[in-house]
Amino acid sequence: MLSQLPLLPVLLPLLGAPACALLRRPLAAWVFSCAVSVLALAAAIALLAATWQQGVLSYALGGWAAPWGIEYRIDLLNALVLLLVSAMGAAVLLGARASVWREIPEHKRTLFFVAYLLCLAGLLGIAATGDAFNLFVFLEISSLATYALVATGRDRRALVAAYNYLVMGTIGATFILIGIGFVYMLTGTLNMADLAQRLPAVGQSRTAFAAYAFIVVGVCLKLALFPLHLWLPGAYTRAPSIVTVFLAATATKVALYVLIRFSFTVFQVEYSILALPLETVFVVLGVVAVFAGSLVAVFEPDLKRGLAYSSVAQVGYMVIGVGLGTVAGLQASLIHLFNHAIMKGTLFMALAAVVLRLGGSTYAQMQGVGRSMPITTACLLLGGLSLIGVPGTAGFISKWYLVTAAADREQWLLVLLILAGSLLTAVYIWRLVETAYLAPRQSPASIAPRALEAPAGLLAVLVVLALANIYFGLDTRLPVQTAGGAANGLLAAVLP
Amino acid sequence: MLCLLVATAIALIAVRGLLASIMLTSVYGLLSASFFVTMDAVDVAFTEAAVGAGVSPLLLLLTVAIVGRREAASNARRLVVPLLLVTVTGALLIIGTLDMPSFGSPDAPAQTHVAPRYLQQSGDEIGIPNVVTSVLASYRAYDTLGEVLVIFTAGVAVLLALAPAGQGGSARAEPPAPEHLAPHTILQVVSKLLIPFMLLFAFYVQFHGEYGPGGGFQAGVIFASGIILYGLLYGLPTVCRVIPPPVVEVLAAVGALIYGLTGVLSLLAGKNFLDYSALAADPVTGQHIGIIAIELGVGIAVAAVIITIYYAFAGRLHTRED
Amino acid sequence: MDVFSYFNYWVVVVLMMLGFFIVIARGNLVKKLIGLNIFQTSVFILYISAGKVMGGAAPILADGVELYSNPLPHVLILTAIVVGIATTSVGLALVVRIHAAYGTVEEADILEQDATC
Repeated sequence: MLSQLPLLPVLLPLLGAPACALLRRPLAAWVFSCAVSVLALAAAIALLAATWQQGVLSYALGGWAAPWGIEYRIDLLNALVLLLVSAMGAAVLLGARASVWREIPEHKRTLFFVAYLLCLAGLLGIAATGDAFNLFVFLEISSLATYALVATGRDRRALVAAYNYLVMGTIGATFILIGIGFVYMLTGTLNMADLAQRLPAVGQSRTAFAAYAFIVVGVCLKLALFPLHLWLPGAYTRAPSIVTVFLAATATKVALYVLIRFSFTVFQVEYSILALPLETVFVVLGVVAVFAGSLVAVFEPDLKRGLAYSSVAQVGYMVIGVGLGTVAGLQASLIHLFNHAIMKGTLFMALAAVVLRLGGSTYAQMQGVGRSMPITTACLLLGGLSLIGVPGTAGFISKWYLVTAAADREQWLLVLLILAGSLLTAVYIWRLVETAYLAPRQSPASIAPRALEAPAGLLAVLVVLALANIYFGLDTRLPVQTAGGAANGLLAAVLP
Repeated sequence: MLCLLVATAIALIAVRGLLASIMLTSVYGLLSASFFVTMDAVDVAFTEAAVGAGVSPLLLLLTVAIVGRREAASNARRLVVPLLLVTVTGALLIIGTLDMPSFGSPDAPAQTHVAPRYLQQSGDEIGIPNVVTSVLASYRAYDTLGEVLVIFTAGVAVLLALAPAGQGGSARAEPPAPEHLAPHTILQVVSKLLIPFMLLFAFYVQFHGEYGPGGGFQAGVIFASGIILYGLLYGLPTVCRVIPPPVVEVLAAVGALIYGLTGVLSLLAGKNFLDYSALAADPVTGQHIGIIAIELGVGIAVAAVIITIYYAFAGRLHTRED
Repeated sequence: MDVFSYFNYWVVVVLMMLGFFIVIARGNLVKKLIGLNIFQTSVFILYISAGKVMGGAAPILADGVELYSNPLPHVLILTAIVVGIATTSVGLALVVRIHAAYGTVEEADILEQDATC
């Protein structure tokens, strides 16, 4: 079975989804989905270990060798993203029961879990494949499932958010399709490794330039990089709480992976970092995203929406790392990719608990929540501290590596801007502290009678996620070494 | 041909009112299908005709029947940004075409790398004449599995959006049989003769895909069209009695699983996923068995999902009319 | 000759942009999806054009035929057509729900309703 390892994290949820649809009882569907996603996680862990030991793993689907057949090609970067996505996918699902039962009507629950598994399978498929067109197919599986999941939100605005996401997402996907078509016309191949070999010969052509441009714009739409982020706040805010946790922890991360993969592996140096002013473009857009996102988050009356804008800002940090174009920058970007998934997973999971008990997540509704839901609020706060980058948390490690990478390039202004961005984050997290602990309970009647701690299942997952913020703030080996190895692998071919 | 396409697209911008737009979309689908024939893409033409001029206008019509056909005048001020975006994108595309291999050249990289193997060796490796089917169902079978999962996802998504409460997730609607269909007697009689042939044709397309254009997807669409035609003329309740929605939903999942489990069989035989040579002692026979099995899965899944989607939309229409 | 060899591609670019324009300029949610449809179909035409070999035959093996058009773009576009119809149907399902919730499918009216509540 070991030789089949690269396929398993994707195959399990991919076939688990139609199997899950055959189950009629929602509870059975939930248990089944949990089992599938935990197995996928186990496979992803084994895969990361195997990649460390054996280097790049290749798997020929259908037994046809690349470039004629489709190849799964797993290096440290793929393995890291697969691990992250499957871990968050499993964790969110394990804690999902109470929240889903509260927010999704009974007759939709089974299908909800089917869509969840499809979305998970799509994201994992994107992260595993070594074939450009196969990437498009799995992108569409995950996207369609995402639109459906967002639309199950209770508010009618969820429908509009899902529709807008569908239109923008499809434009993005079609742009990617155009880009892939262009490179296919130039090289005759769709396999990424083969493309990497054949593109340099035609890399200076205008067609290659246009292809890269279309792929980058398409991916940035999915990534919600400023100014292409317009779909994200609505979708994150209106989606059911569990869907928001899942998307925030995984979807943008996978999009960032695609950006990195195409920029460094497929197009390499010619049209990525060195030849174009892309370095500047990415860094500037990243910085603007950090400030625009954070500023809106500061003034936003609903914490869930505020955190959605904060995600726009955090994507900015990751793109800055990519724009630096050095091993250190890329490593910082990947570390932040990993850590941010944990932070936002914690924050949105805590909000899922808050919404479950209080019915909403505005600051007004959350007054005094620190006393009625002490554990949830503590986790929320811990996630917040990590988001700021307080030493001892995972967020600090992210910021540390990013600042160091910028300092290496002697971009002192950038260092200052990154630190200033953290201060803005501190402002809206402080607002949370004020609301949760310092504000008096304004009108006890508006809070559910004796608002209680979240149910045990959700709380357990939340606490684990929150503690992960501390764990990865102290023991940084897993993300730092893997990201370092992955960044080295990406740039080895490019840099002298 | 291309100029006709441009004319249609321009007309689509000019026209206001959704019914006319849908008719033009349908024309666009048919024209592009004809264009695909001139480009030697017969399989694609078949599919585009069935989807672009068939299923997609049908779903649009059902939607318009529910939401109304009026389209508000657009705000002139809102045109500046779109025009700018379109110009920039178009310019970038034109720049992109400048260094492309010229149209129709047999020396273009796309024609000399990867593809020649399919043309030269699929005859020996897979043993069927339709190279498109060989690539689709074997060399790139995993993409096609993804495609089945995409359509399955669409079915799940439509059900999630439109399923009425209290029906166990099914898009069932059972109002009394509508009387207003009586004037369509001629259509009903004609279609009663026609539908069996459509279904028969679907089976032909299903199993002929290895030799000529066709295959599971096209067969599924045709089969579903037959059922939908029946539904349009005899009313949703009648067709729901013949083919109950829960059964169709189960079939959609079963179709996807047939495909997936064919791949798992190869896994269990110690070969890679979807490596059909594991399915029989002789690799080429194995390929045959594998392709027939997965095409069957595709056909079932596609037909079932399209019928499910139709039920979901038509169910909405019914509840609105009551 | 050079210009003529790109003529096909340029027409395709025009088609794509017409579709793209409908998506972003129109406020009617159904019409937007129609535009998306046109946009995607035009990309299919680009791919299929890229697979054409002058003087080639449809890629169904037959005795005595030496030159075939490229089957790979055909396979890709078969998949892409399915993706397109899947997206359209999900989009339309959302439109139906939006109509039930707002009573309109015009973007401007929806924004107005959301702004007032």
